[in-house]
Amino acid sequence: MTTPVETRADVELDDDDVHELSTEQLRDPSAPGLWIYLLVGTVFGIVLTKGEAISWFRIQEMFRFQGFHMFGIFATALPTAIIGVQLLKRRWRRTLAGEVIVVPPKHLGSGVRYAVGGTIFGLGWALTGACPGPLFALLGSGVTTMAVAIASAMLGTWTYGRVRHHLPH
Amino acid sequence: MPDILLRPWPWYVAGPLIGLFAPLLLWLGNRMFGVSSNLRHLCSAIAPRGIPYLSYDWRREGGWNLAFVAGIVAGGALAGLVFRNPAPVAVAESTRAGLAALGIHDLGGLVPRELFTWSSLATVRGWIVIVGGGFLVGFGTAYAGGCTSGHGISGVANLEIPSFIALAGFFAGGLLGTFVVLPFVLGLR
Repeated sequence: MTTPVETRADVELDDDDVHELSTEQLRDPSAPGLWIYLLVGTVFGIVLTKGEAISWFRIQEMFRFQGFHMFGIFATALPTAIIGVQLLKRRWRRTLAGEVIVVPPKHLGSGVRYAVGGTIFGLGWALTGACPGPLFALLGSGVTTMAVAIASAMLGTWTYGRVRHHLPH
Repeated sequence: MPDILLRPWPWYVAGPLIGLFAPLLLWLGNRMFGVSSNLRHLCSAIAPRGIPYLSYDWRREGGWNLAFVAGIVAGGALAGLVFRNPAPVAVAESTRAGLAALGIHDLGGLVPRELFTWSSLATVRGWIVIVGGGFLVGFGTAYAGGCTSGHGISGVANLEIPSFIALAGFFAGGLLGTFVVLPFVLGLR
């Protein structure tokens, strides 16, 4: 459970005690600064919003299997992401700054955390009509009560941190 | 304002664009596309005390991702306020009818206005949807180790078995929420 590569927060900080092994320390100083992520995030927020992936109504339409819109989004986003990531990993192998591309693997374990955690998450997704990205995009779009939903989501994450050692993983 | 800037985008435009963010972030700086880590970084910044899960250098681990999520808020403001689509969402007629049966008639905007106002927070159903739903999202995504972006897009793009399981869980929970919990909750005052 404690190989150095998987300690990156980017995917999941899987073990609590090994953050000092983070690959952040090894990062190339010529790697792009934070402003680029602000910019990319802005474009992502625009795409989510204009694509109506943050629409409570579209999420309901999806879970009721009554429309193709959200399924069309997943059905085109996934092949694009799969081809892009696999090409980067296998063919190009380097980042913009020349670092070797590393994708830390996820640990299957018993799989309980993915099935149970995923189901709990899906339940919340159906109620709020928003997963984490859309929560923030909706806040930006002027749905101010999403600030309460985000605060509550933070409390949920915090609570998980408190009880995680009692949960099966 | 020209109509083309206000109109929503079809799935075949939005979908491929959404798929590009996982390889783009990997290429830019070896970053795994995923939004829910930010909930953890924010908790780590505010109240990490006594919780090993939250005790780490959130600025170094999560700085880029917090910048990314700040961008999402800005993008939501641009596309949802400045270039807001004035027309009601064009969901299927059956969805429209199904929601009307639950008492949701206003399909303008991105969320049901009846449900997501501040005064709605004082009702049982508003509280359960906003506060309860938010809590489940935050707890579930932390337990599962990722959300729709981290598992649904990034993990699947890296062909990870855990992410396929999580994605199935997302849908199982969503169906439970849509067909069991939501009809019950929306009936509450």
